[in-house]
Amino acid sequence: MSNKKFITSSGIKLWPKLGMRASFGLMALELAKVDDQLLIVTGDVSTSAGLDRFRKKYPEKYIDVGIAEQNLLGIAAGLASEGHNVITTTFAPFQTARCLEQIKVNLGYMNQKVCMIGLASGLVLGTLGYTHCCIEDLGILRSIPNIDVISPADTTELAKALEAFYLSKNSMYIRLTGGSNIPLIFNEDYNFSLGKSSTLKEGKDIAILSTGTMLSVAMETANLIKKSNLSAEVINIHTIKPIDANKIIECGKKFNYIATIEEHNIIGGLGSAVAECLTSSGGTAKQLFYGINDKYSDGGEYKYLLKKFKLTAEDISKSINDTIK
Amino acid sequence: MNKNEISEIKSLSKKIRKDILNMALSAGASSSHFGGSLSTVEILSTLYKKFLKFDVSNPVWQERDRFILSKGHACLGFYSILYEMGYIKEDDLKLFEKNGSFLLGHPVINKKIGIEFSNGSLGMGLSLGIGVAMSIKKRSLSSKVYVLIGDGECNEGSVWEAAMSASHFNLKNLTVILDNNNFQQTGSNNEIMSSEKLFEKWKSFGWEVININGHDINEINNAFKKSASRPKLILAKTIKGKGFSFAENNNDWHHKILTQKQYEEALKELNEQ
Repeated sequence: MSNKKFITSSGIKLWPKLGMRASFGLMALELAKVDDQLLIVTGDVSTSAGLDRFRKKYPEKYIDVGIAEQNLLGIAAGLASEGHNVITTTFAPFQTARCLEQIKVNLGYMNQKVCMIGLASGLVLGTLGYTHCCIEDLGILRSIPNIDVISPADTTELAKALEAFYLSKNSMYIRLTGGSNIPLIFNEDYNFSLGKSSTLKEGKDIAILSTGTMLSVAMETANLIKKSNLSAEVINIHTIKPIDANKIIECGKKFNYIATIEEHNIIGGLGSAVAECLTSSGGTAKQLFYGINDKYSDGGEYKYLLKKFKLTAEDISKSINDTIK
Repeated sequence: MNKNEISEIKSLSKKIRKDILNMALSAGASSSHFGGSLSTVEILSTLYKKFLKFDVSNPVWQERDRFILSKGHACLGFYSILYEMGYIKEDDLKLFEKNGSFLLGHPVINKKIGIEFSNGSLGMGLSLGIGVAMSIKKRSLSSKVYVLIGDGECNEGSVWEAAMSASHFNLKNLTVILDNNNFQQTGSNNEIMSSEKLFEKWKSFGWEVININGHDINEINNAFKKSASRPKLILAKTIKGKGFSFAENNNDWHHKILTQKQYEEALKELNEQ
């Protein structure tokens, strides 16, 4: 990619109103202008990925392999080996678990570079059932060497993650969560660095570590527990791998409590990654895990499921209050 | 194809069988995929000697043809042809499956020595080849892509995902050779998973299919030479363990330790051919 920037201030304002998927489609249009090696490979999801305009405008940069994710990953790796910058995208379960061994061998083992975008991860497709929800992707991809894993908090951070892909030597998985209207956290371009967390708010009683669109729940939680005179530090762990171990270890020493909030199974995701750092650091912080409690529940709307798993700011702040008092 | 060319490829095939024997012997107790390597010998020697465009001194030459061994367990044949073409040294062959070696029991990506991709998990090589072929087509290069797959490998669903896409994308620069030796790991194809009508199956997926005897150099040559308006599949009828009577069509030799006594017996048989 040339040095031309594809992140514009008008984009930053527009994207959150469209949600992650549609804004990815707009970002792809911008990327195509600055990257002549760009190819986007999908599996019959152009509309869902916000790529209808891209497909019409850049047919030579757009490849649809049909509903065949194993082949999708193999083709993407073959194209990448010839020097193309390849972005693949489909719904998160099909982008990850369906073709996991292709990811392991073609990207991890061979250290070939492809950017995978998992659409509608987490619980947002809850009315469609757990075939389409994805609460496992962080855990399974985190265990494959040579793959960076990013869970952007908002649409600006998605754009920053795409930028980071070009600078990394590894493949990347970008996990898109949230509904069609994303609470904006970063309302202007900012310094994003792969593997480095960012502190959004300082505090002293508890550190709340979160990732993806749950970051806005983390901010809201910090506000709610203020009423109980608890001051929370809120840290954005946008990169699940490589995880910012130094920051986490520092938190383990500085705080008595660390909470992790994620829209993912509590096994294998952010909470697990944080615990792996904390247990070897000699800190004394107690970790509170907020996530999906290793369960496929009944289905329902996004908000219904978040409530069901007690992933709302009200539920989490109550639990934190009860724990610390 | 003239007589000289045929005898040259025959003698190369003989050398490859000898290299295979040497590697299988030096692998010792770690054993090797003997039978399924021997069925590929004439295909590899004809391809590398007569058709594949490559430059050992510039292994990433953009205009090269790409070869992918999708049935990665047949690496004894692959390493042998890489040695005979000058990509690796004779001493390297002794490292086969040894600790820390770059020549493992399945190929590991190593473009310097002509290994385009890591393979071993079946059903993945064709998709990689399709990606490469699409890139070559986009860049209007004259390079061709050759992928060698197995008949057991065709049990994998991903092979058929790839098969339907190659014809959809009209990849005329892609040739697949299907090593149809009729056996897979624990039995004949038809015992384990019916593999009948491979010709019709590939044809119905939109491929130009050519039936040949995969040990007949003339037939292999003609199949590679034949122009095709679609992706081409060479359905090569072969014999697992070809060249050594104790191993031919004897599936015990899918993966087995070669003893010194068997090695000597095999060498004698090879020298008499």
